[in-house]
Amino acid sequence: MAEQTTYNYKVVRQFAIMTIVWGIVGMSVGVFIAAQLAWPWLNFDIPYLSFGRLRPLHTNAVIFAFGGSALFATSYYVVQRTCHVRLISDKLAALTFWGWQLVIIGAVITLPLGITSSKEYAELEWPIDILITLIWVTYAIVFFGTIVKRKTPHIYVANWFYGAFIITVAILHLGNSAAVPVDFLSWKSYSAYAGVQDAMVQWWYGHNAVGFFLTAAFLGMMYYFVPKQAGRPVYSYRLSIVHFWALIFTYIWAGPHHLHYTALPDWTQSLGMVMSLILLAPSWGGMINGIMTLSGAWEKLRSDPIIRFLIVSISFYGMSTFEGPMMAIKTVNALSHYTDWTIGHVHSGALGWMALVTIGSLYYLIPRLVGRKLYSMKLVEIHFWVATIGIVLYISAMWVSGIMQGLMWRAVNDDGTLTYSFAESVAAMHPYYVTRFLGGVSFLMGMLLMAYNIFMTVVGYDPKDVKDAIPAPLAHAH
Amino acid sequence: MFDPELFTSNFWEWFIISGTLGGILLCFLLILWMSGDRPKSQEEVKTMGHVWDENLEEFNNPLPRWWLWMFIITLIFGLIYLALYPGLGSFKGYLGWSEIGQYEKEMQEAKNAYDPLYAVFLDKPVEDLAKDNHAVAMGKRLFMTYCNVCHGSDARGSKGFPNLTDNDWLWGGEPQAIKTSIANGRQAVMPNGQANGLATDEDIENVAEYVLSLSGQTVDADKVAKGKTKFDGICMACHTPAGTGMAAVGAPNLTDDVWLYGSKKAELLETLKNGRQGVMPAHGDFLGEAKVHLLAAYVYSLSDKK
Repeated sequence: MAEQTTYNYKVVRQFAIMTIVWGIVGMSVGVFIAAQLAWPWLNFDIPYLSFGRLRPLHTNAVIFAFGGSALFATSYYVVQRTCHVRLISDKLAALTFWGWQLVIIGAVITLPLGITSSKEYAELEWPIDILITLIWVTYAIVFFGTIVKRKTPHIYVANWFYGAFIITVAILHLGNSAAVPVDFLSWKSYSAYAGVQDAMVQWWYGHNAVGFFLTAAFLGMMYYFVPKQAGRPVYSYRLSIVHFWALIFTYIWAGPHHLHYTALPDWTQSLGMVMSLILLAPSWGGMINGIMTLSGAWEKLRSDPIIRFLIVSISFYGMSTFEGPMMAIKTVNALSHYTDWTIGHVHSGALGWMALVTIGSLYYLIPRLVGRKLYSMKLVEIHFWVATIGIVLYISAMWVSGIMQGLMWRAVNDDGTLTYSFAESVAAMHPYYVTRFLGGVSFLMGMLLMAYNIFMTVVGYDPKDVKDAIPAPLAHAH
Repeated sequence: MFDPELFTSNFWEWFIISGTLGGILLCFLLILWMSGDRPKSQEEVKTMGHVWDENLEEFNNPLPRWWLWMFIITLIFGLIYLALYPGLGSFKGYLGWSEIGQYEKEMQEAKNAYDPLYAVFLDKPVEDLAKDNHAVAMGKRLFMTYCNVCHGSDARGSKGFPNLTDNDWLWGGEPQAIKTSIANGRQAVMPNGQANGLATDEDIENVAEYVLSLSGQTVDADKVAKGKTKFDGICMACHTPAGTGMAAVGAPNLTDDVWLYGSKKAELLETLKNGRQGVMPAHGDFLGEAKVHLLAAYVYSLSDKK
């Protein structure tokens, strides 16, 4: 085979564009179900539009379709550029693109039909799970195969995080989705685990979907796009080593904090809580490395809206990874569990961290994929403010409503009866649900602005302008 | 050896203990390894010398001290917590805390604090308590805690859940009957058409027409006549020949305008075809006699025609 002289930008472009498309789809469904919570008649008594079926569609679409496409796009771009080689196989890379889109379309069809394994963030039934496994193995082959073929002596830090994400998500998916189909002509399957073990396996998966899909992988994104856009070296190599190993070790234990005060044995709950607390420092290691990379170039926060997306995303990351360990403490959890506080926490991570870092990275990436300048920096600026206001509205509404719910549920009268009935707590949520809906609308508006901006950037581009030639790796710098 | 308290065998117990403590130890070693040779000032910090993708480089700044201390403190906190609380396999922790222990302690404290407040009402008859504002207010708070989810905050129920304010009773409205409903629960059975011997849709249609006629709704006279024959042979066993119902089995009165599952013909057809299984759960063991007594007084007060 002749030596390849260009990078494979085609698959990166495909995934990058679909990231925006699925982002808009997933967030629109989110806005709709947020409206349903405020105005329940929006369920229209149509089963396919009911909250219970659309909620998993929303979570799957934003995590796996929007987030997943963003991670495929950026990891393929980063691994090529930091290894100075083309992806090992264009065909396999194309297979991951079309296969992943097929998985998403499978989700869009089956979830509203009520076909679900009912495991949170793993609702897709067994035939789709098998397809996911095949795609994921292909992804691992393409990614690690490219690393093996690299021209640089060292593996860049972003690739450690992408690599850990690919391996761990494979293990999590296989472990948690193990199920017995009712028969091979039926969608229905039953989990391989029962009772509290099933719950534990589910949250081992669920929390590490957060830890590896939504955290480690997006840290990989951060480790490439922040230093690139800032034009500064990464702050600390040794900090990246400590926080990488500590993060991947501790995260895998933290799942039981989702099952505090349940039938889960005491020892398991304690371990989950202890490891969640220890997780604070390793998580913040990434935040320090990201934000401090900008030291010496702070003025870019004022002049460069892309840097602002990236740095604010890291700030939300720091805030969520402080909030998470705090909510894992049993006494705090006793108040926060089952309330909207959890929803707010998830969205400060999902909107504040993973969506903002993705948006910032795409604004850097897409112009380079088409060899053009971004159509409008002004629109990026507006997008930043619209998105940030949306997030602040969303999470502050959920903090207030969540803490209020927790306090209302535990309030008792002098004679031991409940001060508030459950229905009263639901009625009290209404203004916050409306606020949350408005926050979601604001964030979605930002995505639509982005879609327009990117469309104008990409439309009619000339492939000859794309600078996808592979440069020779630079030798030792000093 | 399998220890039923753990849900794992002892192998896994040691696997977990060594993984936990070993992992915490590894974190310490990792910090120790990476926090050596701290440069004296910012000027001395150099890049690692590797370059990727034209300009990607890495400084090697030391680990921030505040961060390092935060990490060490959480690790030490973890070790202390695991010494005090259950966590390391079957080791129970020096505080002897357990989830079930905490639950039982809190329940006992609540019992000690609240039971005397309710016990004082036990020796007063429900009829009297229903006229005592203080007792009714306490009963209402109990109702808003335990009953409103099905019967509604206003106790007017909804489809499938009886209205408790209308003086129409499925299982009897005397104080003792209400107490029995709350304490022991009720299981109503309206058999489905097949079990009832209403084999055809025509039978069901006819009986539905007849039942509608009992409460004076507009009907088809021919079907009513056919339906009455069936009703008199089958339904009257529980609903009585006049259709006025029987509290002993919770069979509703069909001649009034109170309908648990709806008075529309479609709803009636559904009842006749598929049957109904109304369930009132038992609360006696859970609430104790005094609270049941007070709740009965509140419920009685709702429809008591004074």
